[in-house]
Amino acid sequence: MSDKKLMMSSSPHITATHSTRSIMRDVLIALAPALAAGIYFFGLRSLVVVLLSVASCMLSELLFTALRKKPCTLSDLSAAVTGVILGLNLSPLVPFYVPVFGGVFAMLIVKMPFGGLGKNFANPAAAARVFLLLSFSTAMGRFMNPVDWTGAGAIFTGMGGADAVTGATPLVTGDASYLNLFLGNVGGCIGETSALALLLGGLYLLIRRVIHWRVPVLVLLSGAVFSALFAWDLSASLYTVLSGGFMLGAIFMATDYATSPNTVWGSVIYAVFIGFVAVLLRSFTNMPEGISFAILLGNLITPLLDKYIYPRPFGYQKKGKEGAKNA
Amino acid sequence: MQHKKLSQIAVNGLLNENPTFRLVLGMCPTLAVTTSLINGVGMGLATTFVLFCSNLLISLLKNIIPDKVRIPAFILVIATFVTIVEMVMNKYMEGLYQALGLYIPLIVVNCIIFARAESFASVNPVLPSMVDGLSMGLGFTAALAVLGSIRELLAYGKLGGIVLLGEWFPGIAMLGTAPGGFLTLGLCMALFNYVYGRVTEARAHKKQAKAKEENV
Repeated sequence: MSDKKLMMSSSPHITATHSTRSIMRDVLIALAPALAAGIYFFGLRSLVVVLLSVASCMLSELLFTALRKKPCTLSDLSAAVTGVILGLNLSPLVPFYVPVFGGVFAMLIVKMPFGGLGKNFANPAAAARVFLLLSFSTAMGRFMNPVDWTGAGAIFTGMGGADAVTGATPLVTGDASYLNLFLGNVGGCIGETSALALLLGGLYLLIRRVIHWRVPVLVLLSGAVFSALFAWDLSASLYTVLSGGFMLGAIFMATDYATSPNTVWGSVIYAVFIGFVAVLLRSFTNMPEGISFAILLGNLITPLLDKYIYPRPFGYQKKGKEGAKNA
Repeated sequence: MQHKKLSQIAVNGLLNENPTFRLVLGMCPTLAVTTSLINGVGMGLATTFVLFCSNLLISLLKNIIPDKVRIPAFILVIATFVTIVEMVMNKYMEGLYQALGLYIPLIVVNCIIFARAESFASVNPVLPSMVDGLSMGLGFTAALAVLGSIRELLAYGKLGGIVLLGEWFPGIAMLGTAPGGFLTLGLCMALFNYVYGRVTEARAHKKQAKAKEENV
């Protein structure tokens, strides 16, 4: 470690060896299993969708920095991460303009006008997904069943979007087995299908200390508790956590540094709130999935949580009883 | 001197104090009816008519209206003209009347009209008040037309009801809804103020340079 440099950076000081680039690289590595699972279950078209989304995000950021005559920020990889997460949030059957519009929206509306990385008010991928849901609801709502791997050329299934077997997601049918949900052998968005792959990625991030366990675990826990409460059925909780984008959102989107609270109690409230709203939307609205709306709302209350909840400074005593005693 | 002032007032409503982009007044109709170019222009012109007439009448009556009851008096004047607009539209422009719906009677509580009555027409002579009403109204109309055309084009691929972008264009449905209205408004406002700031800055520089030259 002789070449270790003294790093000067503004708070929050995560660790000295982390840089934005290394964190983003870790996130990309952690997303790889989910992407691989998506390609395995839905064919190569999913890869094309994700790549288009990445390209759109990166080009949009490049365009913005070039127009504003700012230094190019592509090398911190944050645009690529947003692109991958956004791509994983789309159905493998979406028309190709959907990831392109999504990337443009994420970068040119949500992220860059507010000052770029670290200053965005909401997670760009979550906001872009909500935008796409509201804009292209039909295209966003078409899902396919996992590819049948017995035939030759199965890997190209869905390339045209016509030959794939479209089907309802387990969120709609509600009858998938836990094993299939866990492995990912169900219909859904590219990245949300396999809970196993997402957990692997999340574990990697935890070990690399890129994310803290508090937010993802509490989002999942609160989702489980509230869904059991709403349905008055304990088995509903596991189904909620394993199905849809719950795990993808909890591990990769709710943990965004810029849009989640800085304090312990702030992030507890934030995480429980996200789980609660997501289950609320799933249970009582006509939308099958609510996690992206929940994360967006959580992002929006984050400034409030940061403003009203702050840690007690070291050595600080509350005025009142203790102060009176000392006096 | 009088002439120059009138032209200043005219420019004021369109640019310096554009009700939508600079004063941020009348947001309710701005967000609600700009789903298409025709709706935007229709709402803008209806408001312009009311604004012009109410400014004229309030300016004429400003010495008669007691200070304490001026707000109810303004509302009465404004509501009269709004009723006229509503009836005329109902008779001659049925389609637009249906499209704008509730937002026509709501012109009564449009803050642009109120603001101009309170801050301009009630303290200025008749002619400047008329010019002010007209230019504020046209500034509002122009803003609504811009917002309406952007939203109509991107959400439905049409402009003024004519299909411009063909079948291949998917249509960004969100821009037709209220959140899309907020987005478009914010972006247009940012662009307007960016350009406006650059222009006024350049003008100030020129003036300074000229003054320096004259001093030398």
